[in-house]
Amino acid sequence: MTDALLSVRNLRVEFPTRRGVLTAIDDVSFDIMPGEVLGVVGESGAGKSLTGAAIIGLLEPPGRIAGGEILLKGERIDNLGAEAMRRIRGKRIGMVFQDPLTSLNPLYTVAQQLIETIRTHADISESEARKKAIALLDRVGIPAAARRIDDYPHHFSGGMRQRVVIALALCAEPELVIADEPTTALDVSVQSQIIDLIKEICAERGAAVMLITHDMGVIAETADRVAVLYAGRIAEIGPVRQVITAPEHPYTAGLMGSIPTLTQTDARLVQIPGAMPRLNAIPQGCAFNPRCEKAFDRCFKERPAPVLRDADGRKVACWLYDAIDTPAKEQANG
Amino acid sequence: MADALLKIEHLTRYFDISKPFLNRMLERDEKQFLTAVADVSFEIKRGETFALVGESGSGKSTIAKLVVGLLAASEGTIEFDGHKMTGTTGTEMRDLRRRFQMIFQDPFASLNPRWRVGDIIAEPIHTFGLLKGADVTNRVGELLDTVGLSAKDAEKFPHEFSGGQRQRIAIARALSSKPEFIVCDEPTSALDVSVQAQILNLMKDLQDEMGLTYLFISHDLSVVRHMASRIGVLYLGRLVEVADGKTLFSSPQHPYTQMLLDAVPDLALSGRRRKPVDGEIPNPINPPPGCAFHPRCPLAMDRCKVDAPHQVATETGYAACFALEAEAKAS
Repeated sequence: MTDALLSVRNLRVEFPTRRGVLTAIDDVSFDIMPGEVLGVVGESGAGKSLTGAAIIGLLEPPGRIAGGEILLKGERIDNLGAEAMRRIRGKRIGMVFQDPLTSLNPLYTVAQQLIETIRTHADISESEARKKAIALLDRVGIPAAARRIDDYPHHFSGGMRQRVVIALALCAEPELVIADEPTTALDVSVQSQIIDLIKEICAERGAAVMLITHDMGVIAETADRVAVLYAGRIAEIGPVRQVITAPEHPYTAGLMGSIPTLTQTDARLVQIPGAMPRLNAIPQGCAFNPRCEKAFDRCFKERPAPVLRDADGRKVACWLYDAIDTPAKEQANG
Repeated sequence: MADALLKIEHLTRYFDISKPFLNRMLERDEKQFLTAVADVSFEIKRGETFALVGESGSGKSTIAKLVVGLLAASEGTIEFDGHKMTGTTGTEMRDLRRRFQMIFQDPFASLNPRWRVGDIIAEPIHTFGLLKGADVTNRVGELLDTVGLSAKDAEKFPHEFSGGQRQRIAIARALSSKPEFIVCDEPTSALDVSVQAQILNLMKDLQDEMGLTYLFISHDLSVVRHMASRIGVLYLGRLVEVADGKTLFSSPQHPYTQMLLDAVPDLALSGRRRKPVDGEIPNPINPPPGCAFHPRCPLAMDRCKVDAPHQVATETGYAACFALEAEAKAS
């Protein structure tokens, strides 16, 4: 586990308010290996975007990291000062946000924005930076890149803008790209283009991706592993295939059943009653207990911790499951 | 075909997007029009769910607004249960209007934040003078119960409810005038998947109980697959294919439908290799001549660039494509 690119340990994010402290992310731990695509799914309010923001140090005050550690290649980055963090952001961790129109500055041409970013992180001349920028735009699939680089963001369509944003995120050849709902604002046909692009480029450059989305379909197509968040906690984490085809946590199972698919017949959709609790009303014990059909006494009293379920590293936070102990024994012996 | 509840023929709507008069005179510009809906015809039978799918800018919502009369058609006719909507006025129109309702996409914008839920739901009842006095309160309670809320919720304000609950309120309001036909414009796009499932199930139950007819508009093919009995696929304001729900998904005929289906993320992890999708929807102000889809179409021929394709009958509907026409002639 020491070779993880990004390691989040027991992360806790709090928002102090007049009516008490709200815990938006509670004891979340996961690793991202170099070159891996980790999907983070959850419904609105589950804390997906907040996890991303905490990692790159862009939590909106009064939100703050109240506990835990974030390690990038073994170095802590959660307690760095603003200036040190600014150097990591963009250079070592790139970002792609949901709405490509708000993440580009409408008053500067694409060339100005790309060249500025490249020169902030690398000591090269303007003309070299421009060449590099054109090569990047060309790589992300913008036709006639050499001509279009001098256009303003409003000259581009939604899909093309998102390509520009991806080019911006890749400027400094980061080791990790955090993509927060990169395809949500796009149409399906364009969405599949962008997913393919992110996959290809990251594989090519060996960059790891943390893909935040509410869309299980996008995760299924893109990610190697997936973490399912519920009310700021990890419900289930593991290899995509296992989690999607054989979900163990009742929330994941309900979530998968509630998604209409193209192949199914006219059967009713599985319905999870109720909605996710508000941050000021997270129930005691397991946060999912009011909506869970299988809840029993223990679920209302104690909070389950994610336990390792198989050798592939799937972890589930639910009292229905016990940890398998084989890997631990093997490690002890070896 | 006698049982068609809604019949739309050659419906066209364009918007004038010209610059102001003086600018036009000074800059010697022509008037400019955006054709949002071009020559669309379809029928909805009583009790069925007809879905319109398409990407943004394909004219889905414009058709919804035209059908309920929020926009006037530029050309073509809309017939509801044998009554022409264009030209009908006064009490006759008022009576027609009671019989169709609309559910909007964003439940945060479609409910008046200053009104109590009870008043919101009772408004159509008052408008059409259906009930009076205590009967109204009882009816509101019943409606809230039908959509899975409690009669006590009538006293609350919209901000006290979550997105899914608000959409339930919007449905209760749509049902309060006892309509036969409901236009649903992206009713679940603003909701999370687990809540979306609740709303879709509710809408299906209501349809079974009350025999409602839906015009269901969505960009999400899997939702449409789940809800619709017949489906129309829109591209740049043109209806490119109409077919039964099952047939459309098992054997899509038009190249655009095939492309759309191919682009849906594969949740079953079947390892199916996708064909890469090219290009994006073009600008509707200057749509390509001939078939609007030809710049992105793998089957495009010379003819597609010049003429607009006609409808070719398929198994359960039709598709508008020259490649299919050629195929039909050859066989």
